[in-house]
Amino acid sequence: MDYFVTEIDRAGTVAVDDTILVKGYETKAGSHILDGFVPLFSSDAVERLLKAGCTLRGKTHTGEFGLDLVGETSYHGVCKKADGTLSSAAAEAVAAGEVKQALCVDVNGAPRRGAALSGVDFLKPTYGTVSRYGIIPTACSGEQVGVCASDAEGVKEILSVIAGHDGKDGTSLPAEKYEYSADKDIAGMKIALVKELYDASEDAVKAAMDAYSAKLRKAGAAVEEISLPDVKAYATAWQIMLSAETCNNISRYDGVKFGYRTPTYKDIDELYVNSRTEGMGFTAKMNVLYGSDVLSKNRYMSCYDKSLRIRRLASEKMKEVFAGFDAVLCPAMSGASVAEYDLAETFEKTAKELLFTTVPNLTGIPAMVTCGVQLWAAAFGESTLLSIAGAMERSAN
Amino acid sequence: MKYEVVIGLETHVELSTKSKIFCACGGHSEANEPNDCVCPACCGMPGMLPVTNRHAVELAVQAGIMLNCKINQYATFDKKSYYYPDLPCAYQITQWFHPICTEGYVDVPTKSGTSRIGIKQIHMEEDAGKLVHDDWADVTYVDFNRTSVPLIEIVSKPDFRSAEEVLNYLDKLKSMLRFGGISECEEGAMRCDVNISIRPEGTEELGVRSEIKNMSSLASIERAIKYEVARHTDALERHTETLVQETRRWDDMKNRTFAMRNKETAADYRYFPDPNLMPVVVDDAWLAEIKNSMHATIEEKTAEFTGMGLSAQDIASLVSERKLCDIFDAVVASGRKPTDTAAWILTDCAGILRRGGKVIGELDIAPEALSYIIGMVDEGKINRGVGKKVLSAVIEKGVSPEQYIKEQALDAKVDESLILETVRNVLTENTKAVADYLGGKEKALQSLFGGCMKVLRGKGDPAVIRELLVKEIEKLR
Repeated sequence: MDYFVTEIDRAGTVAVDDTILVKGYETKAGSHILDGFVPLFSSDAVERLLKAGCTLRGKTHTGEFGLDLVGETSYHGVCKKADGTLSSAAAEAVAAGEVKQALCVDVNGAPRRGAALSGVDFLKPTYGTVSRYGIIPTACSGEQVGVCASDAEGVKEILSVIAGHDGKDGTSLPAEKYEYSADKDIAGMKIALVKELYDASEDAVKAAMDAYSAKLRKAGAAVEEISLPDVKAYATAWQIMLSAETCNNISRYDGVKFGYRTPTYKDIDELYVNSRTEGMGFTAKMNVLYGSDVLSKNRYMSCYDKSLRIRRLASEKMKEVFAGFDAVLCPAMSGASVAEYDLAETFEKTAKELLFTTVPNLTGIPAMVTCGVQLWAAAFGESTLLSIAGAMERSAN
Repeated sequence: MKYEVVIGLETHVELSTKSKIFCACGGHSEANEPNDCVCPACCGMPGMLPVTNRHAVELAVQAGIMLNCKINQYATFDKKSYYYPDLPCAYQITQWFHPICTEGYVDVPTKSGTSRIGIKQIHMEEDAGKLVHDDWADVTYVDFNRTSVPLIEIVSKPDFRSAEEVLNYLDKLKSMLRFGGISECEEGAMRCDVNISIRPEGTEELGVRSEIKNMSSLASIERAIKYEVARHTDALERHTETLVQETRRWDDMKNRTFAMRNKETAADYRYFPDPNLMPVVVDDAWLAEIKNSMHATIEEKTAEFTGMGLSAQDIASLVSERKLCDIFDAVVASGRKPTDTAAWILTDCAGILRRGGKVIGELDIAPEALSYIIGMVDEGKINRGVGKKVLSAVIEKGVSPEQYIKEQALDAKVDESLILETVRNVLTENTKAVADYLGGKEKALQSLFGGCMKVLRGKGDPAVIRELLVKEIEKLR
């Protein structure tokens, strides 16, 4: 299996996905429309890695603009596991020991699903802690660069390097540096299990959740069921915002300035239409259609504006939850594996899985996938996530 | 039937910031070549992020204060989507939901007094780039130098009732914004959309409105308004056409407006808040800081100068350009008399500039230099004529007045005996003028005086020269 769309250094230990800019290396975010686009600058996260002495192995496959389940819509082709099911290239590269860590942009939970499917860890940090400068934008209000590694220590190592204030990103938080720990005592922690998400998952996932809960209890943590009655509305709200922002952000790929340009056009309108028609994949187009619709004059108030309000409700609800709990436990996705499927269904399939991954993107809280399950914490609660994951991983060994 | 014209204006003004509104590119107005003043951010490269220029916000707030607006301490930036090759991201960042200023007014002088024009809002936005068509090669090029230059759009209420009000409003805006350091308002840097309709006099309901896009010359605006009023009146009176709400374009050559293609105007801009830009929160402390850093207004300056005893004409000349006020203030602050200083600037400096084909607004002189020259004259070290000569050298050649005076030995003390000797020589050499004077032609004295000055090369105290001249010539009687 070839994990990389672009090789940088065979001796490198860290991979970045193809939505993260590395100066001088073609970056396509999995899309034909960005053919030949070579960035003039590197992302802030990459700059920090290089400054810290890390070496880059290469750029991993990503789905077109990161809008699919795990990367299956990449213009470069699908990434399959040994058993023929799908997973993300970054998670598989980490699982196979090709790299120690991989940076991935999490906008719809794809890297979290990949980690769950490949049995590795992925942490999406609190919004604003890692600069978004130099990542191909899709949904700016919820996307974050996260770290994939085989264990919590590996995640911590790189997260400490890439997090910190960046003046080039207007949403970057002011703290210059973050200290993370993966060995806080988890005995006595209170963990909330989300009933709606547990119920919505398949049996194999339920079994993994049960096993993880039992282990947490054994380690002295309390696991209690809670309800997020509006979680479906949260997912819909994020789908609306995700499509709207993506539609807007990818409208700059018009064949005029860079990337793919159609060879056949008579005037500027045809240049736009043909370049985009030929250059974009089906899922990207679905997001453009859906996104344009929810932003249109007639729909704005009932769709986009309402989603902004739901985002606030979700934030308030999560604050309430974290007033009583240290972390939330839920599945990362509905099933334990993804078989190859007809890519015309990507938009609907992904929308369904948003149920499990939306809250951290929508509200900015950190999320971590470990041992096939998902944990959330309050803003800046990365150390809680790393400590829970670390303790469980150590007990498994 | 008599009709009343109702006009509202949307005026775009470029802000005088050093850099663009969301990136660090600067100096676009000096850029010589297309795309000299661009970076990945203003070219719309994926991965770049906008960061708000604080100074642009400050200037927009100052404009709001000048126009008596409510300053909204919570403002947002929003994205407006449309495709055009000069718009690199295919969206423009503007303020749609929460503009920075709302609900203001400005009093506009008219022939019959003043008219109060309401300001609906002032919002900030980024400018677009420019397309350059090469008809010869049938190619269109894109120039992003202007992309992301900060603009404010001042949206008036439909309060104008004549073209005169519109022109005077634009004149006033221009001088206010220039004087306040908000905008240079250079040619093309102030652009207007004119919304115009007519209704029977005495009625309230607004008529069908035309919007004339992107006007920058006052003369064209006046002609376009006249044309539209006539077209609307014809439509209502003689049913020449059915008026529809539409966007029109003024053609300066054909002297008429044309409806723009529906395709260009019937857009749904799909506005939504830009998630990359935090809301602009102008808290009380920042607002106070912005207010404190504001320049005095024309009205305030006028009152101040009146108090100093300057003539109305001099005041009007000084406040026509903030730079002149700044020079004047600095010279007066260094201890020179206000009326004298005004004369030096508005008579002497202006005269020197005029000789070089320039206007007073182009005056570029260090206040210290001007103050030094006036001081030398006041202290009698050089006479006024020499002072003027020094001033010319300073303005035209950029020399230092101190050095120039020293080099030319202009301040060399002229001995009274030398003056006396000169006077006597001149009197002996000009027997005719002397005879004329003694015969009653007082004017003849002036030519004798000029003769002395010429010999003395402008040096020497003119009062002393004149006094000795009269004394000596009277002796000949």
